[in-house]
Amino acid sequence: MASTGFALESAASDRGKLRRIALDPLSRVEGHGKVTLLLDDDDQVQQARLHIVEFRGFEKFIQGRPYWEVPVMVQRLCGICPVSHHLAAAKALDQVVGADHLPPTAEKVRRLMHTGQILQSHALHFFHLSSPDLLFGFDSDAGRRNIVGIAAAYPEIARQGVLLRRFGQEVIRLTAGKRVHGTGAVPGGVNRALSREERAGLLAEIYQIIAWSRQAVQLVKRLHDADPELYDQFGSFRSNMLSIVGASGVLDFYDGRLRARDADGRMLADGVDVRNYAELISEEVKPWSYMKFPFLAAIGPQAGWYKVGPLARVQNCDAIATPLAEAERHEFIDHGRGQPIHAPLAYHWARMIEMLHAAETIKDLLHDDDLSGRELVTSGTRRHEGVGVIEAPRGTLIHHYRVGDDDLVTMCNLIVSTTHNNQPMNEAVRRVARRYLNGRELSEGLLNHIEVAIRCFDPCLSCATHALGKMPLQLELQDASGRVIGRLGATPASASPADSTG
Amino acid sequence: MNAASLLLDGLPLPFSPGQTIMEAATVAGIFIPHLCHHPEFKPQGSCKLCTVKANGRYVSACTMPAKDGMEVENNSPDLNDKRRTLLQMLFVEGNHFCPSCEKSGNCLLQALAYELEMLTPHFTQFYPDRPVDASHPDVLLDFNRCVLCELCVRASRDVDRKNVFALSGRGIGKHLIVNAESGRLADTGFSLSDKAAHVCPVGVILEKRQGFKEPIGCRRYDLQPIGMQVGQRPGSEEGC
Repeated sequence: MASTGFALESAASDRGKLRRIALDPLSRVEGHGKVTLLLDDDDQVQQARLHIVEFRGFEKFIQGRPYWEVPVMVQRLCGICPVSHHLAAAKALDQVVGADHLPPTAEKVRRLMHTGQILQSHALHFFHLSSPDLLFGFDSDAGRRNIVGIAAAYPEIARQGVLLRRFGQEVIRLTAGKRVHGTGAVPGGVNRALSREERAGLLAEIYQIIAWSRQAVQLVKRLHDADPELYDQFGSFRSNMLSIVGASGVLDFYDGRLRARDADGRMLADGVDVRNYAELISEEVKPWSYMKFPFLAAIGPQAGWYKVGPLARVQNCDAIATPLAEAERHEFIDHGRGQPIHAPLAYHWARMIEMLHAAETIKDLLHDDDLSGRELVTSGTRRHEGVGVIEAPRGTLIHHYRVGDDDLVTMCNLIVSTTHNNQPMNEAVRRVARRYLNGRELSEGLLNHIEVAIRCFDPCLSCATHALGKMPLQLELQDASGRVIGRLGATPASASPADSTG
Repeated sequence: MNAASLLLDGLPLPFSPGQTIMEAATVAGIFIPHLCHHPEFKPQGSCKLCTVKANGRYVSACTMPAKDGMEVENNSPDLNDKRRTLLQMLFVEGNHFCPSCEKSGNCLLQALAYELEMLTPHFTQFYPDRPVDASHPDVLLDFNRCVLCELCVRASRDVDRKNVFALSGRGIGKHLIVNAESGRLADTGFSLSDKAAHVCPVGVILEKRQGFKEPIGCRRYDLQPIGMQVGQRPGSEEGC
């Protein structure tokens, strides 16, 4: 499988000496990454790449560990969305212990935990990480472009952001035992239910949370209305979209079947059993990043890449099951005038619709007495393999394990949300680089445009670099003119051919 | 006639004839840090966590008989510093990753580290390579967490009469082994109902498929720190 390369992914080799600009580290994203730009003498961008520079190793060191340890261990991939990894692993291991149908209490406690996670993560991303760009402007004073600046200029917005996140964290604490890195889900169920007092405590706050979530959607809409050209065009590119959808095609963060649409919204695949994910998705390795590049196998790496996350989910589903979020979804879809919305900045709008849906879902679950039931776990015929798929805040998350007769894990494959969005993020970076940077004197504000594009996807770079032993890294020594004079390491079969300027 | 007593950290501590310093303190509800000591087994004084100063000499409280008029120093910065250093050495010698360990919250080593305010490992980690033994159908052995307390050795030898466990090697090479030519637990007479299956103070000998079933908040040391659980036997907690 040879990549034919994407525009600006690799500079043409006959361009002579190029000037290198690095945005390192990227700020206000989860984890560590950098962007490199290669400019020619006329300040024209010849190459733009998002590199992921962390190196983890979870897929390797999970091997040889007992399977019941996995949901607790793998969630350490991330400090922002550990619940998603915790639950995806638990769902995979449900299959290993033969728990095909969880008791209602277990299913609903897990759904509540996950919805709390969506709420807190979306609030964190929008208010803490992205609102400074959106409210102050992409090239505003860098010293003010942070949550402290927001708190000074828009104290009520900052307060709501903090309290929305706090509520989501509290939901997680009551279902998982801790706000970060709890232990609530076990293979076959959960280890605790909620007391009536705990539910009452959350219910006392939930209507305020819903009201604030509605205001957040209105805020994003006002931003779109204020500068429709920017919000509809900035870094925009067309691509396929992927997510799971629940029963009857509704938006479902916790469970469902895989659905993929093309850039025009036409169905490419639907109702795909998550256990067959490997037939739907393949991954490509490139030597300049620790993060792999997934694509729809039937289409191939050149055209088969896709977006995941809020923008994909809200447009992939047929409906949202809660009324306020459903009304907002209709308005969002109408904004596209019959065509899918591909603008990266629209991720924020879709994300806030999802946050509203999460708040409404939490309210419905808290009224359900099953949350306080006593039957917490089940089991059945033991199996040797399980696949757990969940919609994490940032997109589709796949955990796949094989377990031996001795209960030890023999294989682990994780495809995380940010990995799915690898090519889209790179594409957004290139669009922005070409539109805003070409031929201009580079300033911090201009370079922040690149980061704004990346932040739309809410990447978690820590999550995305979990693998070990699969990334053929290549070390190159270049002379002053950029000519490669030494190379260390294997060149993968799938490496892009013109990579000598990386 | 007045009962015999010693002075523990300056306060009188009565004791019965034949009691050790540890036993006398435990009866009085006073905590002396310990790791290899277990009230059901003959003390061996190997972990040295219970080191106290008796009449100016460093001794193991679990093996030292109490003597009338003895002056014992226990909860002092000097002794707690030394105990913390011992804990740090234990932590770096093995692979003690509390965040993903199913014994977390019920682990004596972890509870002592909290009690003695061990904030960093201080020493360079050894990261030893110790594969787990999952051969037994009911019990997992994770050697990564062994602190060589020999409680399993004593329980299997003295209670179960099976001699399943032993320590082998010398010095830094000392390690836990099982009594089978293959080296696998499945090839011994070990059973989940053995006493040795339930005495490990850390996360080495684990009943399979039970990990994390106890929620956070209900684990032994979630309820009270170890220093406030003097005299309660491991495994006697009610949970939530």
